[in-house]
Amino acid sequence: MSIAKSLPHDAATLHVTGAARYIDDIPTPQGTLHLAFGTAEIACGAISAMDLVKVRSAPGIVAVLTAEDLPFANDVSPSIHDEPLLATDTVHYLGQPLFLVVAETHLAARKAARLGQIDYVEDSPILTIDEAIAAQSRFEDGPRVWTKGDVDQALSAAPHRLQGTIEMGGQEHFYLEGQAALALPQEDGDMVVHSSTQHPTEIQHKVADALGVPMHAVRCEVRRMGGGFGGKESQGNALAVSCAVAARATRRPCKMRYDRDDDMMITGKRHDFRISYDVGFDSDGRVAGVDFNQMTRCGWALDLSLPVADRAMLHADNAYHLPTARITSHRFKTNTQSATAFRGFGGPQGVLGIERVMDHIAAELGLDPVSVRQRNYYDAMDAGGLSAPRAERPPEGIDEHENMGRGTRFGGTFSPKPKVQTTPYHMPVKDFILHEMTEDLLATSNYYARRAAIADWNAEQTILKKGIALSPVKFGISFTLTHLNQAGALVHVYQDGSVHMNHGGTEMGQGLFQKIAQVAAHRFGIDVGNVKITATDTGKVPNTSATAASSGTDLNGMAVANACGIVRDRITACLAEIHQAQVEDVRFENDQVFVGDAKMSFAEAAQTAYLNRVSLSATGFYKTPDLAWDRIKGEGTPFFYFAQGAAVTEMVIDTLTGENRILRTDILHDAGTSLNPSLDIGQIEGGFVQGAGWLTTEELVWDNKGRLRTHAPATYKIPACSDRPDIFNVSLWGQPNPAQTIYRSKAVGEPPFMLGTSAFLALSDAVAACGPVYPDLQAPATAEEVLRAIGRTRA
Amino acid sequence: MDVTFLLNGETVQVAADPTRTLLDWLREDRALCGTKEGCNEGDCGACTVMVTDADGAKALNACILFLPQLHGKAVRTVEGISAADGTLHPVQQAMIEHHGSQCGFCTPGFIASMAVGHLHGRTDHDDVLAGNLCRCTGYAPIVRAAQVAESAAVPEWVQDPIPEVQSQAYAPETLDELANWYAANPDATLIAGATDVGLWVTKQLRDLDQVAFLNRCAELRKTTRSEETIHFGAAVTMTEVLAEIGADHPSYAEMIRRYGSEQVRNAATIGGNIANGSPIGDNPPALIAMGATLHLRHGSKTRNIPLEEFFLSYGKQDRAAGELVTGVTLPTIAPALRCYKVSKRFDQDISAICGCFNITASSGLINSAKIAFGGMAGTPHRAHQVEAALIGQAWTAETVTAAASHFADDYTPMSDMRASAAYRLEVAQNLLHRYFAEMTGQATSVLEVTL
Repeated sequence: MSIAKSLPHDAATLHVTGAARYIDDIPTPQGTLHLAFGTAEIACGAISAMDLVKVRSAPGIVAVLTAEDLPFANDVSPSIHDEPLLATDTVHYLGQPLFLVVAETHLAARKAARLGQIDYVEDSPILTIDEAIAAQSRFEDGPRVWTKGDVDQALSAAPHRLQGTIEMGGQEHFYLEGQAALALPQEDGDMVVHSSTQHPTEIQHKVADALGVPMHAVRCEVRRMGGGFGGKESQGNALAVSCAVAARATRRPCKMRYDRDDDMMITGKRHDFRISYDVGFDSDGRVAGVDFNQMTRCGWALDLSLPVADRAMLHADNAYHLPTARITSHRFKTNTQSATAFRGFGGPQGVLGIERVMDHIAAELGLDPVSVRQRNYYDAMDAGGLSAPRAERPPEGIDEHENMGRGTRFGGTFSPKPKVQTTPYHMPVKDFILHEMTEDLLATSNYYARRAAIADWNAEQTILKKGIALSPVKFGISFTLTHLNQAGALVHVYQDGSVHMNHGGTEMGQGLFQKIAQVAAHRFGIDVGNVKITATDTGKVPNTSATAASSGTDLNGMAVANACGIVRDRITACLAEIHQAQVEDVRFENDQVFVGDAKMSFAEAAQTAYLNRVSLSATGFYKTPDLAWDRIKGEGTPFFYFAQGAAVTEMVIDTLTGENRILRTDILHDAGTSLNPSLDIGQIEGGFVQGAGWLTTEELVWDNKGRLRTHAPATYKIPACSDRPDIFNVSLWGQPNPAQTIYRSKAVGEPPFMLGTSAFLALSDAVAACGPVYPDLQAPATAEEVLRAIGRTRA
Repeated sequence: MDVTFLLNGETVQVAADPTRTLLDWLREDRALCGTKEGCNEGDCGACTVMVTDADGAKALNACILFLPQLHGKAVRTVEGISAADGTLHPVQQAMIEHHGSQCGFCTPGFIASMAVGHLHGRTDHDDVLAGNLCRCTGYAPIVRAAQVAESAAVPEWVQDPIPEVQSQAYAPETLDELANWYAANPDATLIAGATDVGLWVTKQLRDLDQVAFLNRCAELRKTTRSEETIHFGAAVTMTEVLAEIGADHPSYAEMIRRYGSEQVRNAATIGGNIANGSPIGDNPPALIAMGATLHLRHGSKTRNIPLEEFFLSYGKQDRAAGELVTGVTLPTIAPALRCYKVSKRFDQDISAICGCFNITASSGLINSAKIAFGGMAGTPHRAHQVEAALIGQAWTAETVTAAASHFADDYTPMSDMRASAAYRLEVAQNLLHRYFAEMTGQATSVLEVTL
C-alpha cells in the first residue's frame, strides 16, 4: 500500500541539500543572454517618444526590442488578447513593460533597462473602485447578476434587516522563487522553454503564437516551481515569450528572471474587493435573503478576472443556505497591475463577505456567532451517505434530479428530507458535512469554555483584549470553465520493472508529484521508490490544463491511475495466458505479481511481458463527470463536490496600538480519504497562515499616482515564523469523499486558505470587547485598522 | 581586491570587484546554486549562509554580503552543510522527516539558519528563523524539525577553522589608518555590515567608486564597559549589542530582538544604524532617551556630542566630509527606560513608530523625562513639549493624558506605506499611556500573553 501514507515530499532530500533545480539553477549553454524589461513610470497615458539610445549603448547590451520588433503576436494574455508583451502606444499601468533589454549578464540588462528616456502624454489614471464607478470603467457590458427567489420580497418581509460593507485588500503571491524562464533555440526554428509556470501548455501556446510556429514546434518543460499560489498561472507568459522572441532574434539561449521589486511591480496580485450586503433574518439569526454587491478591481487587462469574479459569486453562500439571494458582480478596469489568480481564486473574497454577514447578524442579535452559523448551515448529507458508496450512475430510467432529495444518490438509502437545498446558483448541496465537523471541532477546541474564559479575562484587562471565532469553509471543486476539467498522463514500465511517470500537473510545492507517484505505485503494487517522477513536459502530455483550482491530484491522479491500469491489464492478460490462469487471479502486491500460486517480482513480470511483445507504455485520460454550468445565467452544477473544513482561532489585541497576535488555532479539515495525510496537513497549515496573512499584515499600498509602494519584502509583510499560532492543532476529518475521486480523496490546495478568515473574525470579536458599536472591521486588519475599529466601537 | 576565505572547507582566493556579492559569486562563478536569491535585499533569507569568524559561526544574507567582507573567514553554503560523503546534517534529516519543505526554494536558507542555531544550542527558534520567509508551510513543520534536531550532536564538518590571511589595504586594521584614509578620501563609502549599502548596489544599481571595509578594524569592533557606561565601537554588530545590553536594558534589548533579523543583526552595526541618519532607525530613539554620547573622528581630531544633536534634518547629520562615527557611549543604568517598536509585523519589519521613554519621578513628582521617537519626523527626535508638560507634575494618569496632547506640538508625522500620519500621532500618544500602564504594573504587551 503506498496510498494514504505520510511519505515525505518527493524532492525533500533535494530541497534540504540545495540540489533541487529551479529555472535559474539550470546550467546554461555558453553564450546565454539575459533579459530585463524597461517599464512605464506613469499609470496612464500615451507614449509620445521612446529614446533608447542610452539603453542600446550601455555596456553588455546585445539587443533592445520594442513592440515594433516583435515578429508575430505581441500578446501574453491568457484570455482575450488584450495584454501586449510590450506596450504599443498606450501605457495602462505603472510598471508596464515597454521595451526588452537583451544583455550579456543579468546585471547589465537591469542597469540598461533604467536608461530609457520615455516621453508621455499623461492622462489621469483610474485607480480606485470609486474612480472606476464614476468612469464606468469595467469589463463586460455590465455587472453579472445571479438571483435565487424573490430577494426583495424576502428582505422587506424579514423581521430584522442589516446593511454593511466590507473592503478587502488584494494580496501579493510572494512565491519565494520569482518569475523565471529560459528559452533554448533548436534546429529548424523549434524552441524549448523552461518556465516556472503552473500552465506549461499556455506557455507553449503563447510562445508558438509569438514565434509564428505551430504548437508542435515548441516544447515547455517544468520540473518544479519555487511556489506558485496562482501567481504562475498566467504571469509567466511575458518572460517565456520574451525569452523565445529574443532567442529567435539572437539565435542564442535567453534567460529572464524578475528581480523581486520588478516582479511585484509588474505582475498581478489577488483581486481586492468591496462587498456590500443587505440581509434579512429572523430573531434566531436565520437568513431569509441577502443581496450582495461585489465590486472588484481587475486592473488593466482581463487576464483571469471573469472566472475569479465568478468564483467570488459562487462562494457568496460559503456554508450557508440562502433561501433567496441576489449577487451582483462588478468587474472594474483600472490602471493597476492586472489582478490574477491567487489560491482560492475569488472564493476567499466571497467567503469573507458572507462570514461578515453572519458575524454582523450575531452581533445585532446578541447571539453566539457559532450558533448563528450552525442555524444557517446547509442541511446535512444523508446520515448513511458517508459509508455508503455513491452510485456511479443512477439506475437506468431513474431521473437523478427528480429523486435526489430521497437519497437515491447514496445507494438507495432513503432520507426523510423532502427537498435538497440549493446554492444561489441552483446547485443541490448533497455532501454537506459541516454540522458534524463543527460539533467535533467545538469540542476538541473547547470553544465554549474558552469563550467564557475570554469574557472573564477581558473584564479584568484594560489594555489587552482577546477574541475567539469559528469559521467554516465549503469550497467548490472543479474548474468553472468546464472543458478544463480534463487531464492526461503517460506511463512507461521499463523491462527492469522501473516506472516512468508523467502527467499534466505541475509541482509547486504542494506535493502533487509524490501523491500521484503513490497512486501509480499502488496501481502496480510496487514501492513508490520504483516510480520515477519526471518534469511536466508538453511533449509528453499535450493540451494540459493549468495546475489550479485545487484540481491537480483529482485530475492527474485519475489520469495516471487510468494509464497504469491499462499497462497493468496488459501485463495481467499476458501472465494469465502464460500461466493458464484467469485474469482475476493475477494480483500486484508488495513488489510482487501473483498468478494463482505462482509469484514473481514486478521486474520479472515486466521482463516477461516485454519478451512476449506486450506494450508497456500507455497514455491515460480523465474528465470530471456530471458538470454543467451556465455562467451567464448563474445556473447549473459547476462543481463535482465540495471540500469542507472549519477553524477556531483565538487572538489578542493591544487597544493602544492595534497590535495583535494569534494565540491558538484549531482546524478540522476534510481531505476525504487523504492520499498522504502529512502533505495534506502541510497544505492546511500553510494555507491557514497565508489566509491569515492576507487578512492581517499583508497590505498593498498604491499612491495617488498609481505607484505600488509596497513592492518588496521590506514594505510588504507576509507572515514570519513567529506569526503562526502559538498553539496550532490540525486534524483531518478522514471520511471518504462520496464523489468518485481518486481513492476517495478530496482536493486540498485552496480550501484551507479560507480558514484564515477565523483570525479576522477573532480580531473583530476582540475589538467588539472594547465598546458597544459593531466594529465594522475592514481587511487587511493591520494594527492601524484594528485601532481604527476600536475607535468605532467606542463612538 | 584580493580576498581569501574558506568555502565549504576549501581555501579560495578571489580577485573580487569590491561590491560583488557572495550570492552572485556563488551562483554565477562557482555554480553553487543551492543558495537562492529571493529578494536581493536581505529580507527573505533564501540566500542565508553560515559564516564563521573569530567570534564564531553566524547566519548571514549572502545577497548583501560583499566578497571583501569575507576576507579571513569561513563560508559554508547549503551544499557544505551535509558532509562530503552525503551524510545529512541533523537539521536536514529532521526537515525531511517533519515535512519542513514544500516548494523547497526557501529551504536552503532555512537549513543554513537552523544549522547555525543548532551549532549554538539555540532553542528560541522563532528568533533564529525570523529572517527566513516561507510562503508554503506556515512554519509549523519547520519549527517541529528544529525542535527535534536540538538534541543531536553538532557534526564535526560544520565547525570551520579560521584561515590565516594577510591584511588588505581595503580593510584597515587600525583606526588611525582608517581615519587618515577617510579624511583624505572623503567621498569614499565606508562599509561595515552592508545591510544598507548592500541595497545601494543590488537595488539602486549604484557603482561605488571608492570603498573601505570596516570589519577588520579592531578598535571599531570593541565594546568597553565601566560601572556607569558601556561604549560600543561603531562596528559592533547588533547581535553583539543585544548580548551586551540584555541585563542592563531589558526593554531596549527586547526591541533589538525584533530589529531586523538574526542575519541582519549579525551584519548590521550600531554605528551604521546611527551614521546613516535614517528617521526610522531603531537605535537612535533608545539611545537618545538614555542620553547617549556619540564619538566622531576626522583624521586625528576627535569630538563627542550628545547623540540627539547629530541628527540635523532629514538626510543631514552633523558629520563633516571625511569624518567618521567611531562609537557611542550609553549609561549602564536606566531602569525607567522602555522602548516600543510598532510595525505591521512583529519580526523583521521597519518601525512605523518607535517610541522610547525614560521618565523618572521622585516623591511622586516627575523630575526627569526623556522621550524620543523614530518614524515621527525627518529625524529621530525628542518630544520636548511632552517632556515639558510632564516635568514637575505628579506621576498620574491625569498628567499622562494632559501631556500626551502635546505630541501634536512636537511632531507632524507623515503618511506612507507603513502607517498614516493620524495613526502615528495617535499611537505616539497611546505609547505614553502604555508606558504609564507598564510602569504601574499592568499587562501591556500582546507578545507576553500566553495560553
